[in-house]
Amino acid sequence: MLAMNYRGPFRVRVDQKPYPEILHPNDAIVRVTRSCICGSDLHLYHGLVPDTRVGMTFGHEFIGVVEEVGPSVQKLKVGDNVMVPFNIACGQCAFCKQELYGNCHESNSQATAVGGIFGYSHTAGGYDGGQAEYVRVPYADVGPTVIPADMDPDDAVLLTDVVPTGYQAAEMGGIQPGDTVVIFGAGPIGIMAAKCSWLFGAKRVIVIDHIDYRLEFVKNYANAEVYNFKSLEDPVLFLKKATDWLGADVCIDAVGCEAAGSAMQTITGRKTLMQAGSATALHWAINSVKKGGIVSIVGVYGPTGNLIPIGNVVNKGITIRANQASVKRLLPRLIEHVQQGRLSPKDIITHRVPLEEISDAYHIFSRKLDNCIKPVLIPPSARV
Amino acid sequence: MENTTEFKNIKGWAQDADPINDPTYPMKHKTDEEHKGYTWERPPQQQPTVEILQSNERPNLTAVFGTSTPPSGLSGRIRRYAFQYSEGSYGHWLPLILADRVNMVEGIIDDLKRGHIPNIFAERGWNAEWKYNRQGLIKKVVITTVATAAIFALLKARKK
Repeated sequence: MLAMNYRGPFRVRVDQKPYPEILHPNDAIVRVTRSCICGSDLHLYHGLVPDTRVGMTFGHEFIGVVEEVGPSVQKLKVGDNVMVPFNIACGQCAFCKQELYGNCHESNSQATAVGGIFGYSHTAGGYDGGQAEYVRVPYADVGPTVIPADMDPDDAVLLTDVVPTGYQAAEMGGIQPGDTVVIFGAGPIGIMAAKCSWLFGAKRVIVIDHIDYRLEFVKNYANAEVYNFKSLEDPVLFLKKATDWLGADVCIDAVGCEAAGSAMQTITGRKTLMQAGSATALHWAINSVKKGGIVSIVGVYGPTGNLIPIGNVVNKGITIRANQASVKRLLPRLIEHVQQGRLSPKDIITHRVPLEEISDAYHIFSRKLDNCIKPVLIPPSARV
Repeated sequence: MENTTEFKNIKGWAQDADPINDPTYPMKHKTDEEHKGYTWERPPQQQPTVEILQSNERPNLTAVFGTSTPPSGLSGRIRRYAFQYSEGSYGHWLPLILADRVNMVEGIIDDLKRGHIPNIFAERGWNAEWKYNRQGLIKKVVITTVATAAIFALLKARKK
């Protein structure tokens, strides 16, 4: 089968790889019909996540058709069209039972700090991902969800990560009616967080980034106020002035470890890997939120450590909330939002690319060429 | 030393407990489950068919695990060394970052051994750069060429 093959930082290609096997009684094999490149895949692509091995297949956002099931699988059958949450969750451990499906304790032998994630390095469990024709899906009775018959597959594939992560970013912000929400990052997650902030009753949604075409997109797609931080001398000061000198009620970091905007953070975080990526967005979030406010983090950081103003967190009485999205918990509500037309995820897809052209797709997304917001990969069998 | 006091007998215990004041809600639907420790009924164990490195912060392999790209070669040796240290230690993560870089070179050697010359330009997606950012690409190539030539000229002059 065709599958993405990571060859080192900034180098990927498509190769023939063996068809995946059922390795556990609750496994399924899924024939992929759509997979996405996630902004967090770029952290792997750029070589920022430790234990990313040459030869691995990335891809944690995918949908497909069940081709084969293990002997204990009861909820899926061959031929089902399923969306597969990016978290690999057992449904039985103490964390899954509390709906922390992103924190499963039975899916990642290599690290306790994160649950298993498809195609996201050995730090997240060493699973090959969905940027391929076929993929092994463990715990098939837990994560995969049958796609409603009336749902567009382009909407469905975005419900496996982007939409739940954006939604949970807003949810963790504890947004109350009348709140001002500032979102750092106008990538797919930031766009979705902005859109979802309204669902919780925000009065004002502000998005900060430095890519004009993305700011223009989020302004139109999510009715957000947008500002390019390159045109602001000091984004924190600007936001204080814009919020009656108090700061925002809620700040969301939707950027993570590759933030631009601070030479010191860029050099120590991205160029020399002295910290786990550049924490500029988180810095700004902590400093821009009001006293007693909430900072919600969904941006991805590496496992080592980052320079952030923790003293300000203490002195301002800030609550920090963060997690990998608990996709399975959120799916029922999000499916309803899509079916009722309150969310239209597929509108953020800008590029539909054959799987065979994956090297170009990664490069376009990474370099933000051709006004790229969200690329979707389509394997040959899904194009017939 | 373990404290054997029955906590419920402590004067004032849980007098101010407020279940609504739960900053983890709605992410976490708290149950008594979390206080029982590692006692849940585990899913059946996947049998290891390849080498799986295991965090020393857990007592066992998880019930399922990925089998992609098991450790091998020099990078594998470095990874095994890294897993002697806990996830809270730089001794764990820094060797893994080093192993990733060594692994990249191993990947090129493996390709060559199999008679495959990697097309690094295609793998880096430069076709897309040519299509969407031709001027930028040409500028980059010119600057790199001039800089390389300048370094060579400087080195040659020093040798003389």
